[in-house]
Amino acid sequence: MTNAPHGGKLVQIKQTAKDSPSLEGFKANQKLEVSRETATVVANIANGIFSPLEGFMGENDYLNVLEHMRLENDLPWTIPILLFGSHDHHFGAGDDLLLVDEAKNPVALMEYEGDFNISRQEYASKVFGTEDKAHPGVAKVFAGNERAISGKLKAVVKPEHGEYADYTLSPKETRILFSEKGWSTVVAFQTRNAPHINHEYLQKSALALVDGLFINPVLGKKKAGDFKDGVILSTYRAIMANYYPKSSVVMSVLHYEMQYAGPKEAIMHAIMRKNFGCTHIIIGRDHAGVGNFYGPYAAQEIFKEFPDIGITPLFFKEFYYCKRCAGIASEKTCPHGEEDKLSFSGTKLRKMFADGELPPKEFMRPEVSQAILKFDKPFVE
Amino acid sequence: MTKYTSVSIPLTLHKRLEKIIAKKTGFKSVSDYVTYVLREVVAMHELKDTPEPFTSTDLDEIKARLQALGYL
Ligand SMILES: [Zn+2]
Repeated sequence: MTNAPHGGKLVQIKQTAKDSPSLEGFKANQKLEVSRETATVVANIANGIFSPLEGFMGENDYLNVLEHMRLENDLPWTIPILLFGSHDHHFGAGDDLLLVDEAKNPVALMEYEGDFNISRQEYASKVFGTEDKAHPGVAKVFAGNERAISGKLKAVVKPEHGEYADYTLSPKETRILFSEKGWSTVVAFQTRNAPHINHEYLQKSALALVDGLFINPVLGKKKAGDFKDGVILSTYRAIMANYYPKSSVVMSVLHYEMQYAGPKEAIMHAIMRKNFGCTHIIIGRDHAGVGNFYGPYAAQEIFKEFPDIGITPLFFKEFYYCKRCAGIASEKTCPHGEEDKLSFSGTKLRKMFADGELPPKEFMRPEVSQAILKFDKPFVE
Repeated sequence: MTKYTSVSIPLTLHKRLEKIIAKKTGFKSVSDYVTYVLREVVAMHELKDTPEPFTSTDLDEIKARLQALGYL
């Protein structure tokens, strides 16, 4: 038996073929074009990753999330899930609305409930804790629409994940996977990075406490300097093949656009993994953060506000290779100073790979470095 | 937006709770503390008796996919 979904029920929206007659005959003003990222949100609602949401939030849920970090029904929820649209549509309550992608292909059928305007300043300051447009999440909010359209999804077209299809599992599938593996406790690891030695230790330390480890890299739009999707997947395949036991570790990818909302996003990461059936989630240093916007352990602190989140966070200090300890250590286990830490900034690491140079094996497994070097341009530009 | 209601508890219990939260940081009031504790308890109750969200047909189809992909 895996962990119960958030709110007790795994949401499953009916899937439909993209040429289904139910998706035909919509006039231009009954259609709403959505971005690739919004189509991903649709898919995540549809297969239950965002349970208990069955569609895009209305104003009550939205305001409650901003003010209280909870849905209107009191369940923990920290980042609004909104469908932004332009002002030139005039839908009435109960109307069916066809969401289409940029190529005008149908994405989903939604029953319109209502719409409302958000304040971009309020959204930014409450969700991201800043209105500074240097924050990528804030910049996106200010560049976007302020009209939000709410409604339940009635049917969705099964998304195509192309080269990542075989690595994409739905919550229903991971739940069956975990239970077939005989795991009753599973720890999730959220990542948007290629694995360093310190990540490996983090994961293995957590795995020592539970039955299974679920590595769940995020694929999707990221900021410049982050690893590209293909690199993340390929490096994890390399490290898993060489250093992880198949009996206690599995990986599948999560299609999701990082918000970089630090602590608030850590809560969303936990809720999504709870819906996948995980009982635990690793929360390390600066989880889902960007720049210096959040305290290094703010994402651990916020969990104190949610005694009812229904997934256990496992908190770790940052791991690193310490030259004097001659092994992997953390602030908790090693008395030595910064000068003994083996560390590379993102900038330095990107330069090393650009020059075809491998970082030391105490920092990154050679199999991982080699996998990165196989890519001409491993980083998002 | 969240609305609030009152729950009666014995005054003596209220006083004991006041003492606890005076020592522990993080709770602004007895109401905050009681809300926290009750959310913890409610979540525990809600966890019980949640059925698995899949049917036996799902199970067979999904197991076949997981096997084909090498997960099982
Ligand atoms: Zn040391």
